[in-house]
Amino acid sequence: MKLVKILLASSALTATAGAVSAEDMANEMTLVSWGGAYQASQLKAYVEPYLEMHPEVSVTWDESSAEAVAKLRAMNEAGNVTWDLVDATISDTMRLCDEGLVEEIDHDADLADAPDGTKASEDFGDLLVSDCFIPQIVYSTTFGYRTDMVGDTPPTSVCDIFDLEKYPGKRALQKRPIDNVEWALHCDGVAKDAIYDVLGTDEGVNQALAKLDTIKDQVVWWTAGAETPQLLADGEVVFGSTFNGRLFSAIAEQNQPIGMLWDMQSFDLDGWVVPAGLPADRKARVMDFLKFATDTQRLADQAKYISYGPARMSSAPLVGKHAELGIDMAPHMPTDPANSGNVHVYDYEWWADNRDDLNAKFEAWLAK
Amino acid sequence: MSKLPPYATTGQRIWHYTFLVICGVIFFFLIAPIAVVIPLSFNAENFFTFTPEMLRFDPEGYSLKHYRDFFSNPDWQSAMWNSIKIAPVATVISVSLGTLAAIGLSQPHVPARRAIMAILISPMIVPLIISAAGMYFFYSKINLAGTYWGVVLAHAALGIPFVIITVTATLVGFDRSLTRAAANMGADPVTTFFRVQMPLILPGVISGALFAFITSFDEVVVVIFVGSAKQQTLPWQMFTGLREQISPTILAVATILVGVSILLLTTLEILRRRSERLRGMSPG
Amino acid sequence: MSDMTEMSGPVLAADGTPLKRSLNKALRRQKMRALLLISPLLLFIMVSFILPIADMLYRSVENKIVIETLPRSVKALADWDSASGELPQEAVYAAMAADLKDAAEAKTHTKVGTRLNYENPGMSSVFRKTGRKAKKFDLETGGPWKEALIEINEDWADPDVWRTIQTYSPPVTAGYFLNAVDMRVGSDGAEMRPESEQIYMNLLKRTLWMSLLITFSCIVLAYPVAWLLANLPTRQANLLMILVLLPFWTSLLVRTSAWKILLQQQGVINDILVWIGLVSDDARLVIINNQFGTIVAMTHILLPFMILPMYSVMQTIPPTYLRAAKSLGATDWTAFWRVYFPQTIPGIGAGSILVFILAIGYYITPALVGGTKGTFISNQIAFHISTSLNWGLASALGAILLAVVLVLYWAYDKIVGIDNVKLG
Repeated sequence: MKLVKILLASSALTATAGAVSAEDMANEMTLVSWGGAYQASQLKAYVEPYLEMHPEVSVTWDESSAEAVAKLRAMNEAGNVTWDLVDATISDTMRLCDEGLVEEIDHDADLADAPDGTKASEDFGDLLVSDCFIPQIVYSTTFGYRTDMVGDTPPTSVCDIFDLEKYPGKRALQKRPIDNVEWALHCDGVAKDAIYDVLGTDEGVNQALAKLDTIKDQVVWWTAGAETPQLLADGEVVFGSTFNGRLFSAIAEQNQPIGMLWDMQSFDLDGWVVPAGLPADRKARVMDFLKFATDTQRLADQAKYISYGPARMSSAPLVGKHAELGIDMAPHMPTDPANSGNVHVYDYEWWADNRDDLNAKFEAWLAK
Repeated sequence: MSKLPPYATTGQRIWHYTFLVICGVIFFFLIAPIAVVIPLSFNAENFFTFTPEMLRFDPEGYSLKHYRDFFSNPDWQSAMWNSIKIAPVATVISVSLGTLAAIGLSQPHVPARRAIMAILISPMIVPLIISAAGMYFFYSKINLAGTYWGVVLAHAALGIPFVIITVTATLVGFDRSLTRAAANMGADPVTTFFRVQMPLILPGVISGALFAFITSFDEVVVVIFVGSAKQQTLPWQMFTGLREQISPTILAVATILVGVSILLLTTLEILRRRSERLRGMSPG
Repeated sequence: MSDMTEMSGPVLAADGTPLKRSLNKALRRQKMRALLLISPLLLFIMVSFILPIADMLYRSVENKIVIETLPRSVKALADWDSASGELPQEAVYAAMAADLKDAAEAKTHTKVGTRLNYENPGMSSVFRKTGRKAKKFDLETGGPWKEALIEINEDWADPDVWRTIQTYSPPVTAGYFLNAVDMRVGSDGAEMRPESEQIYMNLLKRTLWMSLLITFSCIVLAYPVAWLLANLPTRQANLLMILVLLPFWTSLLVRTSAWKILLQQQGVINDILVWIGLVSDDARLVIINNQFGTIVAMTHILLPFMILPMYSVMQTIPPTYLRAAKSLGATDWTAFWRVYFPQTIPGIGAGSILVFILAIGYYITPALVGGTKGTFISNQIAFHISTSLNWGLASALGAILLAVVLVLYWAYDKIVGIDNVKLG
């Protein structure tokens, strides 16, 4: 099949020799993303506009971002990469980039400048944490709570999660050590800038797990971002951590009785990566799409559909109102000053180095 | 069991009725979870429990909206079509290869019969997660992972034990002198197979096919690992839905699937009776 | 024909060849034909099913990555004595620097780090940190490498790091299997992992224990039902049989969804309990996302697999035996326990092994209603395949589970015979 496609592509090429470069591009793209509201925002903000400009192109979605590393590794082993562009978190990206499973990007050459001529590398600034990464959004993992289950004193601090007396009931936490151990240490009295020093020791890990032990019986562990809003809506949990955009859609679009607890929200990045080893025609199409999809206006447009902050500085002033609800999006952004009084910036480098160790210990602790 | 003898003591009577109640409770346990799903799928609200309107049998409490959602939502529709495209093809492969092999296995002298049988039945016994893991790694290597044919082949392999079991079971009662008689009268082996043997073992073949079909149609573990988004089937969609956003549409799908099971079960029952009649095991 | 048998000498077939040879030939042809009919399927199963499993088993011991990524270091380390407690010589460090430079360029250094990290937590970051600098190594002038590497990452001065590399340099390893039983290779041979890292033996025990519980509750629930079905007139029995067969034919996902909505805190069972006042609204029972949820749902799902074999055995027991026992003076209980029950044991055995085999491999139901405490070893295998990406460990755990299942399969074949499996 593939061979046929390549042959077709190349014969089309010879037929129109000397035509514009668009002829060298494949007309099919498989985009990998997370599904749900997030994928819908990508579809509306830049995939549909791109398809309008290029009616010959067709897009297939694969909602496999959660297994991106596993599947890319398997494809790479088989020498048959079927994905063209993958949406991945920064921690997955670092792993993929380290293993050579995704392409390195020349950000200035491959991405569009800001409207005022600022180079892409400057416009994205500090968010270009990996050579393979093209950031799209800043999101955060934070808590939502049932407004009708917390009495007259809504929680204000992340440490309220650990307070079973004041807020009895189940809590939903993500089934992984990242964020949870940091919150635990923070609430166990460790200073914010000392968290990773403490976590680097066995005692520190034990301290974090001991703190989590105090609520372990009351925790529902989730693996997919959509679970927490569902658990909150069903009244199965009082608190739940999840991505802030999921909470936004539960609150603003579905009018659920849920409140946001922004304290110690954990900032994270999400963006595109290009799988290594794509044939030239497919890569050309992907790069063309990427340049369009990550320009200033497109990233700002995405914020109309979901409450994640655009990764470009130049997009921030363009963020307006929600496309359907007409509400101002800025107050729902994790980066809004009112929400980012006390934030946790998780250390990608540290986690890249220590993820395997912590995972093993966390799994053992969970199984106990 | 049905009647108590007139001389039964009071103790025996009490035990008899207690026993019937116990059996009733167990039957209730078996059927209630499936029965509960059906009315709930007509819930007018997005709840997973009975609303006061439903309990009052108020027509307001019931609606078909979850069914409308199933038939209009592109995700569910594509999942349904994927299931419809995968299961029959997998069934055809299992049935054709399986029936041939079952006929081979029922010959009087088959070397290493026990070992061959053990291998052919193994897909039913090996835990699905192990089959899925092995196929995931291996099919990736041979470029079958994430393709339609990868899923079809995997499902065909899983369906084969059922075909083997049902077809060999009908062949046990098969009278070999019939094929010899056919051969004597000049029929070639192919004619004998299709005109004499096939009609007699057909009930077994069809019930094997039904088992193979339902195996593929219900299968979720292997397809999650071997398939990609393009092969997302109904059970897969249900699994994701149950894990993430559990919407009442799942109950509508579940009710439809219960309907499919009832249909298959009825077909199977009719076949069983026909087979017994043909083989003279039961009087009409 | 009758004439021929009266002739003296070897018995000849119609075409003149000795009958013995002719019969042998016919037998051989028959065997060939049987094999010919079976071979397409056998081939198909081999390629689509057996080979993948063999491939997975191979993965559980395969370890070529270390020797392929660090060939020079492995060679140089060969005659280092790890028990001496001393660090390797400069030559080993130089070899490692050269290997790391190549590996960093090919981007394979983190893979080998991840592999070794499974055995000795911390190895991943050693390779990652050193790898970042390794591309710029100047092999001619950068030495002495012992000091240079230790300066980049002090862990290179830890003999344990070198011991791990040396231990895991052969292309085949038992490391994944040791890991799967919570052991590792320590400085003096295999040892248990520290308590805080022991997962799998407990999980295996839990899987077996819960499967036993499920099997047992299936026996208890199936026995009366099978007895009733076997002793009712055919017409009534067939009718009630539908109640057994319908769940059997209903999609696993449907049944699991049903249990999910029944058992939730805001679900049907809790609602009923609150409604009849057994439970107060703020103290709803937690019966999902724990072991209880898994056991109830799986008992329901596997119950037909117990009822059907029991039923087919009980059907063959003549009711006259019981009456005979009673007329000889046995009480109801003695008649049942001494006469009837022993005859049903084959049915119980067949059903139990079948249910147990199916139970220990379950993945979907525990994943949906089991929470963290009610999950099985299959769930951990899935986790290692798609999330932690430790495929070797996933394969080793799979191999252990497979071994348990095959032993049971063998037992089933001995006791019941695979030919006697009946469906529906």
